[in-house]
Amino acid sequence: MIHVEALSKTYVLHTQGGISIPVFKDAALSVAAGECVTLHGPSGAGKSTLLRCLYGNCKADSGAIRVRHGDIQVDIASAQPRTIIEVRRRTMGYVSQFLRAIPRVPAIDVVAEPLRAMGVEVEAARVRAAELLARLRIPERLWHLAPATFSGGEQQRVNIARGFAPRMPILLLDEPTASLDAANRAVVVGLIEEAKQRGAALVGVFHDDEVREAVSSRIVTLIPEVSA
Amino acid sequence: MSEQPLLRVSRLTHMYGDRIGCRDVSFELWPGEVIGIVGESGSGKSTLLSCLSTRQQPTSGLVEYDTADQGLVDVYSLSEPRQRMLMRTDWGIVHQNPRDGLRMGVSAGANVGERLMAVGARHYGQIRDQAGQWLDKVEIDPERMDDQPTTFSGGMLQRLQIARNLVTHPRLVFMDEPTGGLDVSVQARLLDLLRRLVTDLGLSAIIVTHDLAVARLLAHRLMVMRQGQVVEHGLTDQVLDDPHHPYTQLLVSSVLQP
Repeated sequence: MIHVEALSKTYVLHTQGGISIPVFKDAALSVAAGECVTLHGPSGAGKSTLLRCLYGNCKADSGAIRVRHGDIQVDIASAQPRTIIEVRRRTMGYVSQFLRAIPRVPAIDVVAEPLRAMGVEVEAARVRAAELLARLRIPERLWHLAPATFSGGEQQRVNIARGFAPRMPILLLDEPTASLDAANRAVVVGLIEEAKQRGAALVGVFHDDEVREAVSSRIVTLIPEVSA
Repeated sequence: MSEQPLLRVSRLTHMYGDRIGCRDVSFELWPGEVIGIVGESGSGKSTLLSCLSTRQQPTSGLVEYDTADQGLVDVYSLSEPRQRMLMRTDWGIVHQNPRDGLRMGVSAGANVGERLMAVGARHYGQIRDQAGQWLDKVEIDPERMDDQPTTFSGGMLQRLQIARNLVTHPRLVFMDEPTGGLDVSVQARLLDLLRRLVTDLGLSAIIVTHDLAVARLLAHRLMVMRQGQVVEHGLTDQVLDDPHHPYTQLLVSSVLQP
């Protein structure tokens, strides 16, 4: 589902005297349907950057990220923005560490939105959204409120619900369990297991050892690049 | 995905005498796509928008629009009546100052209904009904239909201008700082409304803004302008989260986080 070849990324900070921060060089990664590959390594090794490159949120300097999108292959590293938007709409989901709350949009619609974007009817999308919110133990009285005022853990669970609602073929998870208690972590582990069962390809960063042990089909260790 | 762009801009340049308005701007806009143009004051954003929407003849370059009958045509080669027709039917223009886009001397309902009449609607009752529906869509109480816009608040005026533009179902909307000059709670409401309308109607839009948060919320793609030129363009979240050009990095790092 995902083939990363010879991917290199360096951040150049022009506002700070133009210093270069090499993140990774010639990185390779393959992820098959039905497996969850965990990126592991010390802080600064480029785990989040690699995930963000896969999603097209971060632009690699060189290399290829081939992703299976329906019947075709798309190289995220060189694709046009509108192609990447289409891949995100139908193929690839992303759960970030923080929810980017949209003013005035209630939680249930935040979760239903990716389904709506795929063309699912409003009612069906809300039913699926409600199912996930309930599973992630967001009290029903909050569903029709905008998540901007929710606690950090609640926002994170809304974010997870949003990521898992559309049953994407590829799902990228950036520390989805960071601010969750044990019971909610268990729910997320369950969701990941189900996604693997239905044949999704998952790539994740998990700081929690227990979660990592529970969900990983394989663990890929990244080593920090040293400045040349 | 559609195979034909709605708008194709090639090497568009506008000079004010010796000074550069915008230079060498090229891009394509696809159906259903929203492009944000960001940059500081004086970077050429509004000049570019005026040149795209036939309000200012560019010094050189080409603006082609996908017309219903002829496909992609150079908008500046069209006769003036056809340009005006395009403005009234296919396009909408939302000005930063709603007073520039509204007629302040006629009622709110007439401001919306007038656009319908311009495209041939004649049945008074239907025009009034549709105007009422649109006031409701932009969250203005239809009871205020016969009131003069001079009695409206800034946020209401901006929503009224949006209703006036969208009532004829344009395919392409140009917006110049649509949330500028409004206080933040009013901005949030307007943004949510714009986002919904753009998605529900499948609109294409070009939005000029200096507010990066507005751009993130509304635009699929972003063009960053500086001194009349596009210095960086790409997916909105990629440009904002992984800016490459020194100017974009400065712009992104200068935003105050509340």
